[in-house]
Amino acid sequence: MTALIQLRDLAKIYQSGDSEFAALRDVNLVIERGEFVAITGSSGSGKSTLMNILGCLDSPSRGSYELGDRDVAKLSRIELAKVRNEFIGFVFQNFNLLSRTTALENVELPLIYARVPPAERHKRAREALEHVGLGHRAGHTPSQLSGGQQQRVAIARALVTRPPLILADEPTGNLDSATSVEIMKLLTDLNRSGMTIVFVTHEPDIAAYAARKLLLKDGAVISDLRQQPALAEAS
Amino acid sequence: MISIGETLRLAGRALRRNKLRSFLTTLGIIIGVGAVIFIQSIGEGAKSRVRAQIESAGTNIVMLFSGASQGPGGRGGAGSQPTITWEDLRAIQTELPSVRAVAPQINSNQPVISETSTWNTQITGTTPDYFVIRNWPVADGALFTASDQASAAKNAVIGQTAADNLFGPGIDPIGQIVRIRDAPFTIVGVLERKGQNAMGMDQDDGLFIPLSAFQTRMQRGLGKFVPGRISVSAVSPEAIPRVREEISQLLRERHRLGPDEEDDFSTSSMAEMTSMLTSTQETLTLLLMAIALVSLVVGGIGVMNIMLVSVTERTREIGIRMAVGAQPADILAQFLVEALVLAAIGGALGVIFGVGAGRFIAPLFGWTMETKTQIVIIALAVSAGVGIVFGLYPARKASRLDPIDALRYE
Repeated sequence: MTALIQLRDLAKIYQSGDSEFAALRDVNLVIERGEFVAITGSSGSGKSTLMNILGCLDSPSRGSYELGDRDVAKLSRIELAKVRNEFIGFVFQNFNLLSRTTALENVELPLIYARVPPAERHKRAREALEHVGLGHRAGHTPSQLSGGQQQRVAIARALVTRPPLILADEPTGNLDSATSVEIMKLLTDLNRSGMTIVFVTHEPDIAAYAARKLLLKDGAVISDLRQQPALAEAS
Repeated sequence: MISIGETLRLAGRALRRNKLRSFLTTLGIIIGVGAVIFIQSIGEGAKSRVRAQIESAGTNIVMLFSGASQGPGGRGGAGSQPTITWEDLRAIQTELPSVRAVAPQINSNQPVISETSTWNTQITGTTPDYFVIRNWPVADGALFTASDQASAAKNAVIGQTAADNLFGPGIDPIGQIVRIRDAPFTIVGVLERKGQNAMGMDQDDGLFIPLSAFQTRMQRGLGKFVPGRISVSAVSPEAIPRVREEISQLLRERHRLGPDEEDDFSTSSMAEMTSMLTSTQETLTLLLMAIALVSLVVGGIGVMNIMLVSVTERTREIGIRMAVGAQPADILAQFLVEALVLAAIGGALGVIFGVGAGRFIAPLFGWTMETKTQIVIIALAVSAGVGIVFGLYPARKASRLDPIDALRYE
């Protein structure tokens, strides 16, 4: 296995007036390709900040962040947008689908910005929807779908560009427990197919699906455990 | 950046999603562009109507007036002191190659009495060349002739309006006798209808008699000087300045004026009159155009306002797009194109509205419409420009949003 993510002495410091607040301090972390990682911690522990930096939505104040073989810590906004498009798929707690837009078009969105021609775009989006078991709902808009279905559409959107990394921020936070299990199964399947998945959660039973569990506190990683994933031997 | 086609598609969708709002926003542009097109069309129509009316007085015409009187009784207007002789007139006619025809004319309003009625109309004493210069043929009968002029024959040519009022419908005016100041005149011809002149006077309400007859019946008799004003027609519009120059030279020579003496005559061309009359109209049109342009700018502010609202409303959408890889330029283009499409649709509808309103309103007031293609193009370009100028700020604002803040926006 080779490293997909390497963080060295990474820090994020917010300045307000004279006082400084370190949301992240000296984080050193290596995530290999194909890992399934849960980031846990109480609110204010810095997990969201870490996710934003991992997702190239934000830049660190100090330290380096290598994604694949490039240092993304000091990229411009334009280059960060390209990295997000090519290397990262996002899954959000509140799904973040475009309203009044069909599932298929939502899934196509990253491909538009990847300049994929329309015909291929439709084909790949449809495949991604079928992958998450929603091929028959392609023409439905988010308001016509259940929460679980909306999150599946969001996952299809995250994987349609075939990125090496999928980041999920509280992916089951807005779902009931039965649906949460379905979504975690889907993420487990994706991980088995070779995608690196990093997700944030504060629920221990959701974190149990991961093979590695990080615990953050006050902006630092205080524990890093390998564990037997919940669905380890499921078909 | 993603392709223009893709951006246009996005813009179209966004605008369709808020049809009423999009329409109300474009309304400002529609009214602005419509007003520009409408005012320009009416202005241009009025201008060309004035031009046509002036030209109906005859083309390539130079008016020649006797000099202003400079006597002890005070100065008079042009023509108040006759200085041009019949000899001068003949010289202009024969010696100047750029001159096609010359006709003096004098008018007087007089009651004309027919067998059945009396009608006050304008009597014009002139020579047969007058009808050549004014390009005014008879509809019926014939014009009076050069020999009528030579013999001061009491023959008359009548305009349609005067004929209708003197003889009533159904009676052939040809051969009828009318009395002017007790002198009997025989109607020999009826002129074609010519309509109103530039001043709104009915040109068909008149009676034309030989100048010699006019002088003997209504003035002190024939004299050495040519009465009234003289119409001189040039061979072409380009020859007008040359004709004025030549007349001036010829008359100064004939009147033996020294180098420091002023002209004892004056000339003016129809072109001058045309530009004088149309310039007033142009000023008015320009003023109205300025107001119309202001309303176009107001329309642009409306576009900007709604785009700002749209950017705020769609902050989350912008965040999502950025998260999946939209670059700032993509977001900028998306909102800019949206504003541009709004303005362009407004511009196109405005042209239709302006022309349509003109077509509908102009006939009600008897106005003429003349829409210039270049104004349509300018109006469309200006509205597109308004879209870009007023769309740029909201679009920049959208493109500079921070993706994290945008995603969190409720």
